[in-house]
Amino acid sequence: MIDSKVLPTDYVTQPGRFRTSTGKTLKTDEMIINMGPQHPSTHGVLRLEIVVDGEIVVDVIPHIGYLHRCFEKHAEHMTNYQQVIPYADRMDYLASMNNDWGFALAVERLMKIEVPPRVEYIRVIMAELQRIASHLIAVGTFGIDMGAFTPFLWCFRDREHILDLFEMTCGARLLYNYIWVGGVSHDLPALFVEKAKDFCKYFKPNIVELNNLLTYNEIFVKRTANVGVLPKDVAVNFACSGPMLRGSGISWDLRRDDPYGVYDKFEWEVQIGKGEMGQVGDVWDRYIVKVREMEQSVKIIEQALAAIPEGNVMSAIPKRIRPDHGEIYVRTESPRGELGFYIISDGSTSPYRVKARAPAFVNLSVLPEIAQGCMIADLVAIVGSTDIVLGEVDR
Amino acid sequence: MGLLDYKFESSNVFITSLENLLNWARLSSLFQMQFGLACCAIEMMAASASNFDIMRFGVIPRATPRQTDVMIVAGTVTLKMASRIKRLYDQMAEPRYVISMGSCSNCGGPYWEHGYHVLKGVDRVIPVDVYVPGCPPRPEALLEGIMKLQEKVRKESMSKKAHKA
Amino acid sequence: MTSQEIQDTLKSKFGDAVLESKLDAQQPWIKIATNKAKSIGFFLRDEPSLQFDFMSCLSGVDYNDGSLGIVYHLYSMVHKHKIVLKASCTKDNPHIQSVSDVWGTANWHEREAFDMFGIYFDEHPDLRRILCPDDYPGFPLRKDFKVPEFYNGMKVPY
Repeated sequence: MIDSKVLPTDYVTQPGRFRTSTGKTLKTDEMIINMGPQHPSTHGVLRLEIVVDGEIVVDVIPHIGYLHRCFEKHAEHMTNYQQVIPYADRMDYLASMNNDWGFALAVERLMKIEVPPRVEYIRVIMAELQRIASHLIAVGTFGIDMGAFTPFLWCFRDREHILDLFEMTCGARLLYNYIWVGGVSHDLPALFVEKAKDFCKYFKPNIVELNNLLTYNEIFVKRTANVGVLPKDVAVNFACSGPMLRGSGISWDLRRDDPYGVYDKFEWEVQIGKGEMGQVGDVWDRYIVKVREMEQSVKIIEQALAAIPEGNVMSAIPKRIRPDHGEIYVRTESPRGELGFYIISDGSTSPYRVKARAPAFVNLSVLPEIAQGCMIADLVAIVGSTDIVLGEVDR
Repeated sequence: MGLLDYKFESSNVFITSLENLLNWARLSSLFQMQFGLACCAIEMMAASASNFDIMRFGVIPRATPRQTDVMIVAGTVTLKMASRIKRLYDQMAEPRYVISMGSCSNCGGPYWEHGYHVLKGVDRVIPVDVYVPGCPPRPEALLEGIMKLQEKVRKESMSKKAHKA
Repeated sequence: MTSQEIQDTLKSKFGDAVLESKLDAQQPWIKIATNKAKSIGFFLRDEPSLQFDFMSCLSGVDYNDGSLGIVYHLYSMVHKHKIVLKASCTKDNPHIQSVSDVWGTANWHEREAFDMFGIYFDEHPDLRRILCPDDYPGFPLRKDFKVPEFYNGMKVPY
């Protein structure tokens, strides 16, 4: 059986002193190692400068900016607010629907536009399907980082079903440009509701299969339990959000606590980490929060599909949107956490300033605090559990 | 596979030139450098997953540039990253090929106009063999790009390469 | 607490460091003096009736009239109220006191504001560029920024 609550052994607490078999201690030197921008486990172009003492990490300095694509400059120069949506897509490319919705919601709240009820239900269905797709990639690539290749293939196979649904609706597999300010770009095709219901029925046993394969696997638990513990006060001080915050035991979800859309009409639960395999807030807790959130998303989608009303999919707004002078900050729950858009409008058709508050940027800044004293292989697990997408970190 | 089957249908012997043999060996096992930068990397990963399966073309991802034949530059190349790409390209052993996947590495993509930190096309720092258009290109488009590269390798000749060098 | 009560509590402790405010906007904001940002930050975080422990966002703005500004979006997970703080400085003397000791997340946000706008944060532990390369000329998100023609031998414009 797995023995839980295993504390780290004492060599971790005494860096710099390794005992030989005769009991003599060896004084060692520290090295600076580069886990460079091209690395199979850094989930993109992230550079980590690691100060190691043997195998134990003394300090980690992340260097970002290798994918800085000037989103905010482009947003200022676009001649229409709707033209910013494709750029917002490409920020967090694994959760494009959530990004589109975040930006569209910010502009709609600034202009006080009401969208038709059918649009609200479509947006919730798309956002939850996108959440499942994003968590599937997070779980699959995390498994590969831990050395398990099969969950990656299974997760991508399931994700292809979701991408088929998206392609049926708006024609694109990855970057949709679907949720526009005031509505959505295309109505749902005739077979969408039926196919989405089939997908939910198909997907539920697959989560059980994934749990049997990976979640309670002894090697996986030994590699992830008690590693990278994020205490509650550090998490809140560093403004972590999403599964990082919920994995530390704080029950906080913007869909319930700062509500938007029609989430209050559905029954679902916020999942938190409880320290089942190790301490609360370790890597395993963050992982299990993602798996359980997928189950909850399926529940929300089924309820939304059953209750979706008829209607038109675009509200009556002019083609060239012109908000009044003003500014607003609106936040939504993307699969990685709190995605916020701060928009300043100066009364013209293009925004004056758009600032995107990316959850992965903020979650990554807590890495130096939680990675001290672990080994290099544990560092890979911690970075994988942070679930960063470099497009969002660098914008 | 199909090439060998056809040749072995009638008899057990087939005669070819050294060039054809070498080119066939090179194009059937193009090892790829795992080099995903941005959104196109996800489509590249989807191409290597089970639905589209790039491994049946012999393309296996390797982590180090020293063991690879082809570098698929998938995603936006920024100014900060460009010097690293040049260094990685220099570390690859010849014969080496580059596939530029997606519109950002072809020509700057959607960031061509106001991107102050985006390199407008990876061919400003390294030579590119095949350009695959799309934003992002579908996995089938990437597979066609690999097949076009295979055609290019099939037509290579050792004598012409010596003249070029 | 409403934004009027928050402003009154701040004014009673800091008096003249609270400059102006607009409490009837869609998201009410309070402007503070740039050299008192850290002490105001500690007060907002630790005072039991306010307890703004979650800093959602810190953005830089170029107001195009010779001044640069910072906008802080704060939220309290205990009391569930929000407030927006603003601080502004001129382009000739762009210095604002750093709040990275108060909220750990401000560290990277302030580095980004420095990178994009050129605002110097006093007492910041590690102020260097975060997104652009270290030797990049200029501050990109300022309204008067010109894209460099060449960077390290590579042509930048299309």
